[in-house]
Amino acid sequence: MRTRLGVASPHIQWHRKVIHTKSAFLPKAQKRRKYAQCEPVWRTKTTKTCAAYCREGHRAATNGQGSAASQGERTKMTAPLLQLSGVTKAYPGVVANDSVSLSIGLGEIHALLGENGAGKSTLVKMIYGLVKPDAGTMQMFGKAFAPTDPRTARAAGVGMVFQHFSLFDALTVAENIALGMETPPPMRTLAARIRDVSETYGLPLSPDRIVGDLSAGERQRVEIIRCLLQDPKLLIMDEPTSVLTPQEVEILFETLRKLSAEGTAILYISHKLEEIRALCDAATILRGGKVVGTCVPRDTSARDMAELMVGSTLATPKSAAHVTGAVVLSVTALSAASPSAFGMALKDISFQVQSGEVLGIGGVAGNGQDELLAVLSGELPCKAGMVRFQDHDMAGIGPEARRGFGVLAAPEERLGHAAAPNMSLIENAMLTGAAREGLSKRGMLNWPKTRIFAERIIKEFDVRTPGPENAARSLSGGNLQKFVIGREVLQRPEVLVVNQPTWGVDAAAAADIRQALLDLAANGAALIVISQDLDELMEISDRFAALNEGRLSAPVSTQGLDVEQIGLMLGGAHGMEVAHV
Amino acid sequence: MIRIEARPQPSAMMAYATPVLAVLLTMVFGGVLFAALGKDPFQAIATIFWEPVFGEFSFYYRPQLLVKGAPLVLIAIGLALGFKAGIWNIGAEGQYIVGAICGAAMGLAFYPTESVFIFPLMVLAGAVGGCIWALIPGVLKVKFGTNEILVSLMLVYVAEQLLASMSLGLLKNPEGFGFPGSRNLQQYPSAHNAELIANTGMHWGVVAALIAVIFSYILLTRHRLGFAIRVTGEAPRAARFGGVNPSRLILFCLGVSGLLAGLAGMFEVAGPAGQISIDFNVGYGFTAIIVAFLGRLNPIGIVLAGLLMALTYIGGDIAQSQLGLPAAAIQVFQGMLLFFLLALDLLTNYRVRFGTPEAAT
Repeated sequence: MRTRLGVASPHIQWHRKVIHTKSAFLPKAQKRRKYAQCEPVWRTKTTKTCAAYCREGHRAATNGQGSAASQGERTKMTAPLLQLSGVTKAYPGVVANDSVSLSIGLGEIHALLGENGAGKSTLVKMIYGLVKPDAGTMQMFGKAFAPTDPRTARAAGVGMVFQHFSLFDALTVAENIALGMETPPPMRTLAARIRDVSETYGLPLSPDRIVGDLSAGERQRVEIIRCLLQDPKLLIMDEPTSVLTPQEVEILFETLRKLSAEGTAILYISHKLEEIRALCDAATILRGGKVVGTCVPRDTSARDMAELMVGSTLATPKSAAHVTGAVVLSVTALSAASPSAFGMALKDISFQVQSGEVLGIGGVAGNGQDELLAVLSGELPCKAGMVRFQDHDMAGIGPEARRGFGVLAAPEERLGHAAAPNMSLIENAMLTGAAREGLSKRGMLNWPKTRIFAERIIKEFDVRTPGPENAARSLSGGNLQKFVIGREVLQRPEVLVVNQPTWGVDAAAAADIRQALLDLAANGAALIVISQDLDELMEISDRFAALNEGRLSAPVSTQGLDVEQIGLMLGGAHGMEVAHV
Repeated sequence: MIRIEARPQPSAMMAYATPVLAVLLTMVFGGVLFAALGKDPFQAIATIFWEPVFGEFSFYYRPQLLVKGAPLVLIAIGLALGFKAGIWNIGAEGQYIVGAICGAAMGLAFYPTESVFIFPLMVLAGAVGGCIWALIPGVLKVKFGTNEILVSLMLVYVAEQLLASMSLGLLKNPEGFGFPGSRNLQQYPSAHNAELIANTGMHWGVVAALIAVIFSYILLTRHRLGFAIRVTGEAPRAARFGGVNPSRLILFCLGVSGLLAGLAGMFEVAGPAGQISIDFNVGYGFTAIIVAFLGRLNPIGIVLAGLLMALTYIGGDIAQSQLGLPAAAIQVFQGMLLFFLLALDLLTNYRVRFGTPEAAT
């Protein structure tokens, strides 16, 4: 692990340099730049920590074991920090956790693996005091630990960073953090503490910035710092890297390793097995609420872990040999303002997609992804000549008419954008299917036919729901995503634009969705897949382009492209501002 | 300890139960109010709800149910379309007044010519007048992003001034001995919106209300436009993604609600009211907001709610004359109905739990 840090790649250092010269705390930037270039960060700073932020002292005062652990360089205590034995939680009709036992040592980075619905979140919620176990015991430092609510869990030293951030866009970082505290200190003191913690753990973040202006990576830092201010002994992280660029992931990992070196244990939930192999000391794998295995991730292949998770051999989506044909959709010098105050304007975007081709567009959300989809779907107007489908100019043509041409889209936000939450699946099938599926004739809607269409989506895309009359919001994220993608795929599009097709979807469902997209391309459709998941883009796309700060890099063939290069495309495309690291 | 918890699915049962509960709660608290005023609460409630339909003089009051209910239903149907889409036309009262002025003016322009074409022309004028009055906030919203709630509400007061000006000026009865108010249209056969069947209260406004109910039901359940309205109300972004043009929808909803309010005003002035006068409007446009919500924004529900509100109007009048209840007390009573309804709406999407919370969920 240390050696990996030692050989930190040159672009990471360059990356840091850019940031620190820009950051609000200039005086320390000099120093920091120095050790960012020549020494592994965490090592130099262990000594500084105590001076900067009396974390250790505080820890020693509250609990004798903590400081002992942090003094030794990554000495792992044998006494477990958290011990779960036989923890069971049943909901009507389903046993979410069936006699789960788990042990996390001080400073251990422990991965919790499993598909959606395997019981990970229930388990974590029990540790965080959101759910009470039916049976079994939890112990912390050998003492019984039964939090009744998150407050007691936090008091006991458990912090949690959720996958979905709970931040107010219009407030500053410090104000957001103060809102989450029971007794917030005066704003100035708090700002100073935020600066301390952010510098100590290599999480550059200015307390005065407005959250609406922050990138996803920075927002996550706000959440992490919010936890760290409570001085946790166990930090739970739910899918932390799903919104980060590779560079941001590196920085997060350095932070986590540093925390671990100081004795803070981390319970790390992720689908990304390679990350777990790089970061975690141990892994517990859940399936159907039961522990089906434990492993040392570094010594286990990602494929083995995946198969343990799924319980069967995993089919990798296969791209059938397909020929790319004529240019179907061409975008020329597209510029468009964002409709929202915190959105990103599109600047001079040009690309073409051929039939039978998958164009992958990578980049961190908030860099113009939503706006690009909106322009292509027809929700956002564009000027003449900017978007052309075959030989039709799409300017002034709305979403409904574009569907008539065969230009379809599936937005990222499932509830509220791709689907109306309180409406049934039948009504949601009508939402985009009316024209191409012949569900309406001269304005009159044919509900029986729509129902058949909805049932077909449910059947062909294995959407788990009691029936099509159920409200969209009653479906789990993965199932609704399958429904949304299925609804567009079954309409036989000429061009399909998808934003984050597998976001928050479990491995098996994600594989299904990717396979469906590949099949669609094999049948001659042109696909534009916008995603933050680079592995996914590498797997399914023929060409790749990065969207950053509203600009798109020139698409390049994915053949022979490695993650490092992509990272550079994402972070520094067009020599513009780096992705806020 | 009481906690409020989100339901996974909106409760269908509660959606139907809350209007009934709201009526019951209004009766209870209205009774308390009447008792505080020194009246017998049971008698007061009975007078309001029982007397008009089954009382001694019900032969007189029953037709009044249709007379008062029709404009309420007609206006509420239009408002409900907008409310479903999240477009808040609060100014139906103004559109009602302008529709009445336009309708009456059209009729009076032909006075004393008799022709079968006069009444249809008046209907048209009333509809167009109300529609244009409602499109003012619509166009301002679409073009400049103004708030339709404020603009439509303020236009009510403009319409009231216009009404006063008309009754004292342009439309004043030249043979009216200087009294404010227009000629009485009831005495002008070509323009009179007379009862279609004597002593039933059934006039053209009732017919129009029934047609509006049927059309809006079909629109909402079977037509693309109604679907667009519902999706826009539920999830505006999803609606735009689905292909709804928000500007057009705003103009449509406001235009239609204004048109129906204008019609209601026209039928009222040509029938039950008879003339344009300073105090022509009695608040149908505002009460229709209560009717729309009490009826769950559902056309059938609105018919029932319209009849119920008409009942409280008539019963309130009786209570005023028989028991000496102040008019304001009746208005408070009607206001309570909306208040309880909106408060109880919470129960559709949330449930109330008693007892100390446990971590277990």
